[in-house]
Amino acid sequence: MQSTAHDFKENAHAALVDPNLQDSLAKLKVGFSERRRQAAERLPEFEVLRDRARDIKNHTLANLDFYLEEFERKVTALGGHVHWAPTAADARQIITDLCRSMNARTVAKSKSMVSEEIGLNDHLEELGIAPIETDLGEYIIQLRHEPPSHIIAPAVHLTKDQVADTFLEAHGKLGFTKRLTERNDLVAEARYVLRQKFLDADVGLTGANFLVAETGSSMLVTNEGNADLSNTLPKMHIVLASIEKVIPTLEDAAVLLRVLARSATGQESSAYTTLNTGPKRPGDLDGPEHYHVVILDNGRSSVLGTEMQDMLRCIRCGACMNHCPVYGAIGGHAYGWVYPGPIGAVLTPQLLGVEEASNLPNASTFCGRCESVCPVRIPLPKLMRHWREREFERHLTPRAVRQGLALWSFLARRPRLYKSLTGLANRVLALFGRADGRYAALPLASGWTRFRDFPAPPPGGTFHAQWKRKRP
Amino acid sequence: MSDARSTILNGIRRSLHRGELSGAQRQAVEVRLADPPRGPAVARADLPQPDKVALFCQWAEANNATVARVAAADVAAEVATYLARNNLPAEAAMAPGSALDGYDWASQKMLSLRRGRGEGSDHVSITGAFAGIAETGTLVTASGPDHPVTLNLLPDTHIVVLREGDIVGGYEDVWGRLRARYGKNHMPRTVNTITGPSRTGDIEQTIELGAHGPRRMHIVVVRE
Repeated sequence: MQSTAHDFKENAHAALVDPNLQDSLAKLKVGFSERRRQAAERLPEFEVLRDRARDIKNHTLANLDFYLEEFERKVTALGGHVHWAPTAADARQIITDLCRSMNARTVAKSKSMVSEEIGLNDHLEELGIAPIETDLGEYIIQLRHEPPSHIIAPAVHLTKDQVADTFLEAHGKLGFTKRLTERNDLVAEARYVLRQKFLDADVGLTGANFLVAETGSSMLVTNEGNADLSNTLPKMHIVLASIEKVIPTLEDAAVLLRVLARSATGQESSAYTTLNTGPKRPGDLDGPEHYHVVILDNGRSSVLGTEMQDMLRCIRCGACMNHCPVYGAIGGHAYGWVYPGPIGAVLTPQLLGVEEASNLPNASTFCGRCESVCPVRIPLPKLMRHWREREFERHLTPRAVRQGLALWSFLARRPRLYKSLTGLANRVLALFGRADGRYAALPLASGWTRFRDFPAPPPGGTFHAQWKRKRP
Repeated sequence: MSDARSTILNGIRRSLHRGELSGAQRQAVEVRLADPPRGPAVARADLPQPDKVALFCQWAEANNATVARVAAADVAAEVATYLARNNLPAEAAMAPGSALDGYDWASQKMLSLRRGRGEGSDHVSITGAFAGIAETGTLVTASGPDHPVTLNLLPDTHIVVLREGDIVGGYEDVWGRLRARYGKNHMPRTVNTITGPSRTGDIEQTIELGAHGPRRMHIVVVRE
């Protein structure tokens, strides 16, 4: 998909005045985070499991080549095929060739962020192969020609009424001419329409939450069961996964599953967790005849061994965005590409380049909630700070900010000057009154006060002055 | 080695500042793979067997499944009663394997059973299960000639007959059983772990049951 990450500020402005989006976000901020908190409290071992989850991912990344080769060996031994895709274009080509080998007209897809990353749907459509999204949220946004706005709840920005209008328009030609008003009726209609598409599809394409090296299995976690229909009914099952999805063993999967669902939706367990290993076996009455795994790099291997490596631990639960005040204010579309929220602010500059996405790592208050809830303890604020540093190094930072930083750095290296200037500022600001502890307007600072209050200096003087008085 | 494959693997090695794993380093990961370390124990499910069964039932119900605990002799009657109580047709697609043969289906004259895979038109399926996980009330099924995956997915109502003795504490116990049954390097094509009926929260973050898989899951736990 075409990125609009460079238009982040315009996107964010539009999001802030979208009443439907603001309603959804208000609900999301309370719902997801409260359910996660309760789930974590129900499991006394949760924090220890997070530590172990982090360690498992670190161990895997340090031995990534070994585990990928081991995974490939196991898949091949059981009659499956592994394809290696260094770039997005390579992955699209491999999948195209596989679809053509089946003379495929339709592909049943379960939600895959990596397929969004490589722009697979547009590519298949251009070739006359119809990709059909089967996750309900993905299906809704596919009908509306929109990108997902959340990595686990792609249509979270829409209201029931918007979905009803979308279905009426799309399903009218199938004989569904009544506009529905109840959620369960909308779900039932989508189930009915998609059921036939599952049965007709030539190829099923899924992502993977994990690839298990020990057994050569792809592991998928869903609540709807759509991934399972995608990997069971069509003649060919294609798994599309990026290199960092591999984990060593089933025991490691058990640890990661325990933190994944709880962090994502606050569930004890998602409804369906499925291990697929190779094609159907002799005597099986169902299952695909062909099983292919496409392993995508797309720049990830170059992150290994750098200060940014921690981003590769991500298990795509969405907790960071559910707890982010910036995501909570503007939603996912404002981020302009596939991955929104704090993890998007870290991944997007890596995948698209810091020039395109330099606004995203700046869209953070550094409050640290994302890091505090991340199941694999990714230091997201630190990684965003690294991107800001790189942006600065490349002179991509706006001139006013650079000049301000230069001035601050000049003063910070001259303590006596710094002290006297901050003391002066404190006294000058006091002239404007500080009864409320903040200013709604200040001369020369309208750029700041147009959007928020400026904090008043404390009554006791500058930090230096207070320290001098109160120091024991 | 294909070009694409070596591009990725060599790229990884270059970034990690080393060549292919060798010597003690390689041996360490091979040992870890052969004898996987368990994660931190979850105390919740570390219980005597009867309490495990109770915990399984409690979590299954919390996840919107219904549970009946009956003796083996009453399994068929329980299934027929469940179908009648819910105004469901007295016909079902049943897993072909011998695991379900031991129950007295013939006693239920009204119940019409078809053995085979699931079809899009099926309303009800009846299957066994490879295991139940007490920690989360999760069922585990392993695909094979005796258990087609479609039976777990296509019907509106999935009835699962689970023996008490197959209820274990956590995932790790299931992995152990899978390795013992199928061999360490030979997983069945599909292992489903299923926690309650299919669901979605994709419209206004409100849970609705029966997204693509079964709307209803009824678990018949067989006393032993």
